[in-house]
Amino acid sequence: MSDTKMFQIRTEEAPLLPAPVSTTGVIGWMRQNLFSSISNTILTVVGILIAYSIVAPFVQFALVDAVWNGENREACLPQDGAHGGACWAYVKAYLPQFIYGRYPTDEIWRVNIVYALFVLLLVPLAWPSAPFKRTNAILFLVVFPIVAYFLLTGLVIGGSVILPIVETARWGGLLVTLVIAVTGIVASLPLGIALALGRRSKMPIIKMVSIIFIEFWRGVPLITVLFMSSVMLPLFLPEGVTFDKLLRVLIGVTLFSAAYMAEVVRGGLQAIPKGQYEGAMALGLRFWPMMYLIILPQALKLVIPGIVNTFIGLFKDTTLVLIVGMFDLLGQIQSSFTDPTWSTPSQGHTGYLFAAIVFFIFCFGMSRYSIFMENKLHTGHKR
Amino acid sequence: MEQDSAGAPARASLLNDPKARGLFYQLVLIVALVTLGYVIVTNTIANLERQNIASGWGFLENTAGFGIIQSLFPYSETSSYGTALLVGLFNTILVAVVGIFFATIFGFVIGIARLSNNWVISRLAYCYVELVRNVPLLLQIFFWYFAVLRAVPGKREKWSLFDTIHLNIGGLRLPKPIWEPGSHMIGIALIVAIIASIVISRWAHKRQDATGQQFPMFWTAVGLIVGLPVLAYLVMGMPMYWEHPNFVETGPILRRGFELNVGINVIPEFLALTAALAIYTAAFIAEIVRAGIQAVSHGQTEAAHALGLRNGPTLRLVVIPQAMRVIIPPLTSQYLNLTKNSSLAVAIAFPDLVSVGGTVLNQTGQAIEIIGIWMGVYLSLSLLTSAFMNWYNQRMALVER
Repeated sequence: MSDTKMFQIRTEEAPLLPAPVSTTGVIGWMRQNLFSSISNTILTVVGILIAYSIVAPFVQFALVDAVWNGENREACLPQDGAHGGACWAYVKAYLPQFIYGRYPTDEIWRVNIVYALFVLLLVPLAWPSAPFKRTNAILFLVVFPIVAYFLLTGLVIGGSVILPIVETARWGGLLVTLVIAVTGIVASLPLGIALALGRRSKMPIIKMVSIIFIEFWRGVPLITVLFMSSVMLPLFLPEGVTFDKLLRVLIGVTLFSAAYMAEVVRGGLQAIPKGQYEGAMALGLRFWPMMYLIILPQALKLVIPGIVNTFIGLFKDTTLVLIVGMFDLLGQIQSSFTDPTWSTPSQGHTGYLFAAIVFFIFCFGMSRYSIFMENKLHTGHKR
Repeated sequence: MEQDSAGAPARASLLNDPKARGLFYQLVLIVALVTLGYVIVTNTIANLERQNIASGWGFLENTAGFGIIQSLFPYSETSSYGTALLVGLFNTILVAVVGIFFATIFGFVIGIARLSNNWVISRLAYCYVELVRNVPLLLQIFFWYFAVLRAVPGKREKWSLFDTIHLNIGGLRLPKPIWEPGSHMIGIALIVAIIASIVISRWAHKRQDATGQQFPMFWTAVGLIVGLPVLAYLVMGMPMYWEHPNFVETGPILRRGFELNVGINVIPEFLALTAALAIYTAAFIAEIVRAGIQAVSHGQTEAAHALGLRNGPTLRLVVIPQAMRVIIPPLTSQYLNLTKNSSLAVAIAFPDLVSVGGTVLNQTGQAIEIIGIWMGVYLSLSLLTSAFMNWYNQRMALVER
C-alpha cells in the first residue's frame, strides 16, 4: 500500500501557455469590439461605410484635387466640368488679410509683436512646471493688455507721434477674433466671480441685483446683446461722447459671458463644504482673505471644465460680431468671397473649411488643455 | 475685539459691525444704480429728441412696406410693423420646434452610439461630437446655406426622392395635404383616440397595481391613434388628398421649374438654419445623454436582471427613468440654447424675430422698443423654461430620507 503513489507532486511549474489567439492581439480585439455578434458585425460594416462616405470625398476635395499654388482664379477653375478641389492658393493669397484684416502693411510688425508677446507669456503660464508663475501672471494680465493696447491702437504723446494711430475699423481677421476672445475671457472671469459671490451674499439687495443681472444676460441671445451694444449704447451716452465700435462690442461680450461665468463659479462655490468656511473664520480670516486664500482656489479648481467651456463658447461666439458689421476671421473670409480675382466654385467651400480648421484647432486645443489641467490639479482621491 | 478694563467686550465700532457694513455696501450699490439709471434715461431722452424719434409703441400700427419670404399666416407689404414682428415670432417658434425635434432624435442616437460596444460606431459618434462642438454655429449655418444648399440643382432642374420629395435651389418641395369638407372628423377622431389612450393607460396602471396583470398598452395606443383617424378618413369618404408639387419640364425655358403655390415649399434659409441648429445642438445633447446613462450605476441593471427583467424592460423601466433625472435639466437648457441660437437666422436673412426686428429697426429707428421686444420675448421664454425645469426637478428629484 505504502509504495503505491496516491498523489503526485509537481516539481516544476506548469509552462505558461499563451492565451488563445482568438482573444488576444488584433484578432481578439476585433472579435470582441467589432464582430462579437451578427448585429455587431452589421453595425461595424455600416459604420465603416458611413465613415468612408464622409472621409473619402473630404480627402478628395481637401488634398487630392486641391490646388496649392496659383496667381488667381485661373489656377483653381475646375478642368473639364469637374467640380474641382480646395483652392488653397486663394487661402495663401488672402492669408495676411485673414490674420491682420486691413491693418496697414507698414504697421503689421506691431501686430506681430503682440502675437509673439501673447504666445511668449501664455505658454509658460499654461505650462504647469514653469517657474515665476506670479510674475508671469501679472505680466500677462496687467502689463500685456496695456502694451498690446498701445501697440495695436498707436501712441501719441504730446503731439509727437511715436506709433501712428490705427483705427479699429481697420482691424480684422484673427486679430479681432483674438482681441474679443481674450479681452472677454480676461474681463469676464473677475466680473463673473464677483457676481457669483454677490448671488450667494446674505445682503438681500446685492443678492437681488446679482440674480437679476445674471438671469437677464443669460436669458437673451448674444445677437440681441450685440445689437444693443451697437445701436442702443450710443443713445445712453451724453451728446458728443462716442465709443469705439470695437469697445462697444467688447462691453457687450464681456457682460454676456460674465453672467455665464458667474453661474459656473457659483456651482464651484456651492460644492465647497461649510467646514472650509468655518475653518477659515476660525483662523480669524476676514471675508476677502478667506475667499482669496481658501474658498476660491478650491472652487475654481472644481469648475475648470466649466470655465473652459465658457471660454470655448465665447471664442466661437466672437463670429457673431460680423452681424453688426465687424470683420472677425469668419467675417473676413466671408467678405473675401466678393473678390472676382479668386471667384471659383470651390472658393466658398475652401474658405469655410479653412475657418473651420482654425476654430477647431483653438477650441479643441482648449478643451484638451482643460482635461490635462483637471488631471494635473486633481489633489483629492480619485475613485 | 478690544476689551475695556472690566473685561466686557467693547461695543464694536460702527466700521467693524458686519450689519452696518452690509447696509452701507447695499446703500452704495443702490445709489450707484439709481445714478446710472438716471444718467442713462436723461441721455437717452435727450438723444431721442435730437434725432426726432418719438418713443412709444405707435409705430407698430404703421405700414411695414417690406416683404417677408416666409410667413405662417397671411402677410403682405401693406401689413403693419406689428404683424411683421408677429410673423417673425412665429417663424422663430417654428424653427425652434422643428430644430428641437430633430436635435433630440439625433442627440439620443449619437449619445447611445457613443456608448456602443462597437468600436467603429462609438468612434464615429465621438468624432461627430468633437468636430461639431468645436466649430462655431454661425460657420455651420453659412456652410449649409452658402456651400451645401447652393450646390444643389438650379431652378430648372431638381433632385427627387421617391418622386415625392424634391430639392433644388428654390428649396425643398413636399406634397401638401388638401383638406376637403368632412375632414375635420379626422382631427376629432385623433383627439378622441388620444383621450381614450390616456384613459385606458390610467386604467391599466390601476389594474396592474391591484392585480399585477399587465396590459398591452403600447400597441393599444398605437392602434387607437393610427386606427381611429384612418377609420374616420374611410368613413367620411376619403376627404383628404395630397397635392404634389408640379414640375414643368417642357415648354419655354423660362417657364420650366416648379409651379408656384403648388405643394409645400420649404425655403433654403429654413432648411439651412434648422439643419445647422439641429446638428449643432445634437452634439451637445449626445454628451448629456451619455453622461446621464453613465450616471446610472451598473448595479441597477444587475438588480433588474436578478429580478428576472429582460434587457428591454430593464432599459425602459429601470435605467432610462433614472437617467432622465440627470438628463432633463441640461437637456432643457440645450432646448433653450437652440431657441436663442435661432436668432442667428439674421445672418442668412431667414425672417425670424430678430431678423424682421432688425429690418423694422433700420426703417423706423425705434431701437429701444425693438430691442425691448426681443429681450422680452427671449427672457420670457427663458423664464418659462426655468419654471418648467424647477417644477420637473421637484417632481422627479430623488426623495431621500
